Amino acid sequence: MTLAKPLPAAARPRRRGRTAPYLFVLPALLLFAAFKLYPIGWSFLLSLHRTTGGTETFVGLDNYARLIDDPLLWTALRNTLVILAVQVPLMLALATGLAVALDSRLLKGRPLFRLGFFLPMVTGLVAYGIVFSVLLNKDYGLVNWLLGHVGADPVPWLTDGTWARISLGLALTWHYTGYNAVILLARLQTVPRELYDAAAVDGAGALTAFRHVTLPGLRPALLLTTVLSTIGTLQLFDEPTVLTGGGPDNATLTLGMYLYRNAFTYFDFGYASAVAYALTLLIGLLGLLQFRLLGGKQ
Amino acid sequence: MTTTTRGRPGRSILLTSGLALALATVAVPFYWLAVGATHSSQELFSSPPPLLPGSHLADNLATLQETAHFGRVVLNSLGIAALYTLLAGTVCTLAGYGFATHRFRGREALFGLLMLGLVVPAQITLVPLFRMMAELHWLGTYQAVITPNLALPFGIFLMRQSMAALPKELLDSGRMDGCGELRLFWRVALPPMRPALAALAIFLFLYQWNDFVWPLIVLRDELTFTIPVALASLQGLDETDYGAILAGTSIAAVPMAIVFLLLQRHFVSGLLAGAVKE
Repeated sequence: MTLAKPLPAAARPRRRGRTAPYLFVLPALLLFAAFKLYPIGWSFLLSLHRTTGGTETFVGLDNYARLIDDPLLWTALRNTLVILAVQVPLMLALATGLAVALDSRLLKGRPLFRLGFFLPMVTGLVAYGIVFSVLLNKDYGLVNWLLGHVGADPVPWLTDGTWARISLGLALTWHYTGYNAVILLARLQTVPRELYDAAAVDGAGALTAFRHVTLPGLRPALLLTTVLSTIGTLQLFDEPTVLTGGGPDNATLTLGMYLYRNAFTYFDFGYASAVAYALTLLIGLLGLLQFRLLGGKQ
Repeated sequence: MTTTTRGRPGRSILLTSGLALALATVAVPFYWLAVGATHSSQELFSSPPPLLPGSHLADNLATLQETAHFGRVVLNSLGIAALYTLLAGTVCTLAGYGFATHRFRGREALFGLLMLGLVVPAQITLVPLFRMMAELHWLGTYQAVITPNLALPFGIFLMRQSMAALPKELLDSGRMDGCGELRLFWRVALPPMRPALAALAIFLFLYQWNDFVWPLIVLRDELTFTIPVALASLQGLDETDYGAILAGTSIAAVPMAIVFLLLQRHFVSGLLAGAVKE
């Protein structure tokens, strides 16, 4: 951009150049203001009110105080954080391994693999939730049938709290690992081969090369995938809704589901908005933390 | 490429077959979805579970049509996704072009504001948007599904990243020739952007085709449902016919997979252009 020669003043399209750019971005800005910014502000106002029978009364920070004493909210928060702390690192480690394998010169048929691993991303959340719920059925599901062949007892994939969380994690991992791997792979391909060759010359083994060449090279893409996965997990709604309905006994109830329930099952819009703001705050804080930890010098 | 492969054919085979095994595991749900769609609910929930295609596909489709007006539902999904792709594609492309190729006061601030939408969770706008739709008397209509997400931050981001690659000289020489701004956009800027536009179109179409929460909230009448909403409503019934649901799920998944396969080169490279540069 900076390489372009400055035009002589007379040729510079002065007036036209002033309004035109605004006209290009105007539709997006207007729509964004109307359907994003305005609701964000309104949501805050709602969170200061209590909705009862269609009327709203101002209650100050009552809804936020209620958050603290609400055991279900803490259950939802704990469930969400457990998924975040266990599933996201495992998935990203798996995606990193997959990206390294896909990047390897030893691999044959890379485009086919890249495509195949990306494909789950294309299926909708509801669609794959349904497929997994049938696959993981305790008595008749394919997975337990296969496990039975190696002598394992049927696993209560969806009917036991801990197993339900594991099932949810498996479904999420199936859906998003390939997508993350493709992002990481694209970054990996920009790491100069000479760095690996130099490391090999210095006598570095595969593990040392991974630690000192691959990981530093991947850092920006790892940050991106970590932040995206964190935001996605904290907002988790579709998968548990279809797969477990939040059960059994709220073991897979997420913050996103709890918010939805308050708003559209109990019509408690004020409280739902307070949950939404708490969730946003949490996402903001975790995002900042990740930028600090992974962002490096940039 | 060949220098290192030559010396270690064993490791190459090991790696390739290892990944092939992993890919086969990933493919199991796809295979099983296709098989499940051709069986009745009783067959699905019997031991051993069916592993090969059955003969109930037509029955399942008939059940879908009967219980969920599925033909209409598919048309709804197609129509909504197509219209959304067209409109949101226009909004995002115009904005991406404006942000990438023009300098104007407040450009960075306005772009930053739009990118806020990437970080702020969608849930925060759910309740107010629902009430906005109620006040506009849009509940149950398609414009309620389509309108709120037209200025999709990720789409704008993607287009700005791609448009930034346009050589400035190209636009400047167009201007020297007396091209108006709109003509410049349409005739000069857009043609080389075809791959990016294809990526954007697939992304937008997929986003709308698979979107669940928002259509679930604003759509009321079964006849207006989109595929995910209809499938979820079928799953909630007392006597859930899983054969029919899996047939419907296939209908939701298979066309998308095919479109993606056909256009994937653009999609992956277009997405990555946006994702990796920064």
